Amino acid sequence: MKKRSVSIVLALFLVLALFAAACTDDDATEETTTTAAPAPGETTTTAAPPTTIAEPVGEYPRDETLYTSGTQWGPPGSWNPLVTWGYATGTVNFVYETLFIYDPFTDEYIPWLAESGEWSSPTQYDLTLRQGITWTDGEDFNADDVVFTFELGQRYPSVQWAPMWDWLSSVEAVDDYHVTFTFDDPLYQEWGNFLYSRPMVAEHLWADLSEDEVVNGVNENPIGTGPYMYETYDQDRMVWVKNENWWGIDALGLDPAPKYIVDIVNGSNNIALGLVLQGGLDLSNNFLPGVATLVSGGYGVVTYFPEAPFMISANTAWLVTNNIKPPMDDPAFRKALATAIDVDTIVSVVYGNIVAKANPTGLLAVWDQYVDQALVDQLGFSYSTEDAIAMLAAAGYVDVDGDGYVDNLDGSPIALELIVPNGWTDWMESIRVISDGAKAAGINIEPAFPDYGARTEVLQDGTFDLAIANDAQLSNTPWTYYDWIFQDPIQDQMTNGNFGRYENQAAFDLVVDLDKTPTDDTAAMAAIISDLQEIFLTDLPIIPLWYNGLWAQYSDAVWVGWPGSGADQNHYLPATWRGYWNMTGILMLCDLELRPAE
Amino acid sequence: MRRYFGRKLLTYGLTFFLAVTIDWLIPRFMPGNPVSSMVARAQVRPEIAERLVDYYNQLYGFNESIITQYFNFWKSLFQGDLGTSIFVFGQPVTNVIMDALPYTLGLLLPAILLSWVAGNKFGAFAARSKYLDNTLLPVGYVLTATPYMWLGIILGWSLGLKFGWFPISGAYSFSLRPALSWKFITDALLHWFLPFFSLFLVMFGGWAIGMRNMIIYELEADYSHYLEALGAPRKLIRKYAFRNAVLPQLTGLALQLGVIVAGALVTEIVFGYPGLGLLVLNSIQNQDYFLLQGIFLFIIAGVLIANFLIDVAYVLVDPRTRIGMTGGTA
Repeated sequence: MKKRSVSIVLALFLVLALFAAACTDDDATEETTTTAAPAPGETTTTAAPPTTIAEPVGEYPRDETLYTSGTQWGPPGSWNPLVTWGYATGTVNFVYETLFIYDPFTDEYIPWLAESGEWSSPTQYDLTLRQGITWTDGEDFNADDVVFTFELGQRYPSVQWAPMWDWLSSVEAVDDYHVTFTFDDPLYQEWGNFLYSRPMVAEHLWADLSEDEVVNGVNENPIGTGPYMYETYDQDRMVWVKNENWWGIDALGLDPAPKYIVDIVNGSNNIALGLVLQGGLDLSNNFLPGVATLVSGGYGVVTYFPEAPFMISANTAWLVTNNIKPPMDDPAFRKALATAIDVDTIVSVVYGNIVAKANPTGLLAVWDQYVDQALVDQLGFSYSTEDAIAMLAAAGYVDVDGDGYVDNLDGSPIALELIVPNGWTDWMESIRVISDGAKAAGINIEPAFPDYGARTEVLQDGTFDLAIANDAQLSNTPWTYYDWIFQDPIQDQMTNGNFGRYENQAAFDLVVDLDKTPTDDTAAMAAIISDLQEIFLTDLPIIPLWYNGLWAQYSDAVWVGWPGSGADQNHYLPATWRGYWNMTGILMLCDLELRPAE
Repeated sequence: MRRYFGRKLLTYGLTFFLAVTIDWLIPRFMPGNPVSSMVARAQVRPEIAERLVDYYNQLYGFNESIITQYFNFWKSLFQGDLGTSIFVFGQPVTNVIMDALPYTLGLLLPAILLSWVAGNKFGAFAARSKYLDNTLLPVGYVLTATPYMWLGIILGWSLGLKFGWFPISGAYSFSLRPALSWKFITDALLHWFLPFFSLFLVMFGGWAIGMRNMIIYELEADYSHYLEALGAPRKLIRKYAFRNAVLPQLTGLALQLGVIVAGALVTEIVFGYPGLGLLVLNSIQNQDYFLLQGIFLFIIAGVLIANFLIDVAYVLVDPRTRIGMTGGTA
């Protein structure tokens, strides 16, 4: 009798457990299937239903599916193109498209939603839109949508392009396909950046949204104009399905081959590596240490360059010096420090040659035409411990207390901390090399690995000594690079640029001048950039070290036609990162083909 | 009976209050500022950065005094509102947790219950049986002393990579979408097995060892010897011993729950299993106060409810508790 009651209780528990598990599993299934059917009510309004939504399938056939990874760090949770740091991979360019696409290798703006655009006067920009583009709910895309998108920044001050209205005076739709922009004080470089980086949203769907909904809303079931549509998502993936009625198929002759794109949330490196090796992941934009050996080892792993540096350079890794703290406030000290760093060892030993050493100006390879070589030869720095020791001595930094390290000009000891976020293994190794080099030259620098949040806080507050940062990404103009370095004004919190709090009005003015130079006037741009380089190399407000790669390793087991440096390959960016699809990433996708059966 | 449960409920209420307060407090001790790191990631122009920081501080209520924030937290908690996640930007915390919870429960419940039942049965069976005892004892000790994560890695490496019997990451294949088909169910079960099994094994070892020791103790008790002297069959004596030995095991289960949940979270990370474990890690790294405290709130509530159920079960299985409650003496 008693015995039985024990069993009954246990059995009840078990049933309860299984029931609970079953219920929750069912919920999950139900939820994904309901969210997956993209807004059935909204798609039926048009004469020519553009989207024939296929029945949700149980399995994505391998020969119709592209697997990508490298962008998403957590469960997809937002499909709002305005949440630029957190929207699900592909929200912009798969669904929401931009007016232009920018090709950083050819410095070309490729018309996308726009058919053409030109400055008809120094303060007026005329935009012609492509005809026959529809939103996936069937409504036409036209000039009203463009005007609406721009005016969102005027309507709501927390929209990211609100500051644009300080120099933009009006946006008017001339007719359905022509828009005229009038400027008070045109910032041409920033405008160029805007043209390819800001997605257009649908007026008929967004007009009634509140500021909070526009800026923070999760925008489930996104309706855009692009080549893919929302299919489903789960904790570890985002799935897109092809929009068979995409305008680009006719207008551009581009037809993306994969019917489905499954973007996998980043797990650990070994999981990503395992997936690439097994052919389960077609394009990985994760940083995988030691990938160079796989490329040359015949594992079927391909990168953009077949040999070093393997990856396209995407941003510059700098040593950020806190220029308001002694001794970093002394340019002579900064130059001596730069001379003491053995970047070649970092490149070859820490990175296994998948990065390239930075030019002393820090300008990315795509901006080579702007590098003033004469200035670099005259003012640049290169690694030499002896030179660094001599430079320190010449600037008055000597070892007063006899501990083997030089001391401040006032005699107090120098003990600096160089920080990178804990867990960023490549950077952690790099700063050990930097610390060794500095110590050899007599500068006492200790590496430290605070948590990412703590590291970011001291960078923004300006309370750090030295740090590594790489925040300025590849873009249409070196202006974004200099705008980051010479960010003005210096505020209590520097959220995006000039962590070192370098102050130089001449440099700040030059950055503004550069912004006001038309993007096609490369001669004028080069002149200003040369002046900026002179200031940069003389004062060295931040020390360029190496170019972080656009990490991209792909497998041609299923899909072929990947970008590469070869003459017979396309030179698009193999990138899924936010802000890279619109720099030819989307063209890379359209060029993929199924590997022919053998 | 009412007094017993009244007292229990009061204890649980107090525990809940304290645990939730600590849960609210701890994330806020982390260095760093979630809003400014988020705005930094947005890479916006400085003109708007300050405006955004103010805007989000207000949105998340960080501009209020810490005491007000605390009271607001309780106020919205009673309205079922756990706030908005920063890491999974814009999503209500309850949504994020509800998406991940099924995976964690699906691992935890079967692992806890099956290991408890199987461990007890096996421990009782093995006690005083020469060969089994000699093998069970060392194996059990090794298993129960193994960190969950380490066993997970070993299993993943051996059964997953070496033999290739089981997939080593994720909840189901990336090529599938959930459906009521054999293909999906087998795939999900295969993905589920390794994380489940590594949890199961560690716990199994613990329960088996515990039960084996308890049974031996009970067999030495006076009532066992008395029964023996009366000539009762061996099976009957062991049956009585088992029922007495189960009671401390039940208490042990209540005590172990917290440890088990922590172990499950780590196991999920090892296998890339998309439950609460990965979310905890991410929300710590992104200083997502709301998500972190939300997850721990669920864990606290879960552990308390499980403890309560065990209390109820205790009353059912131990007559002495019942008699004590109605005022009688045993």
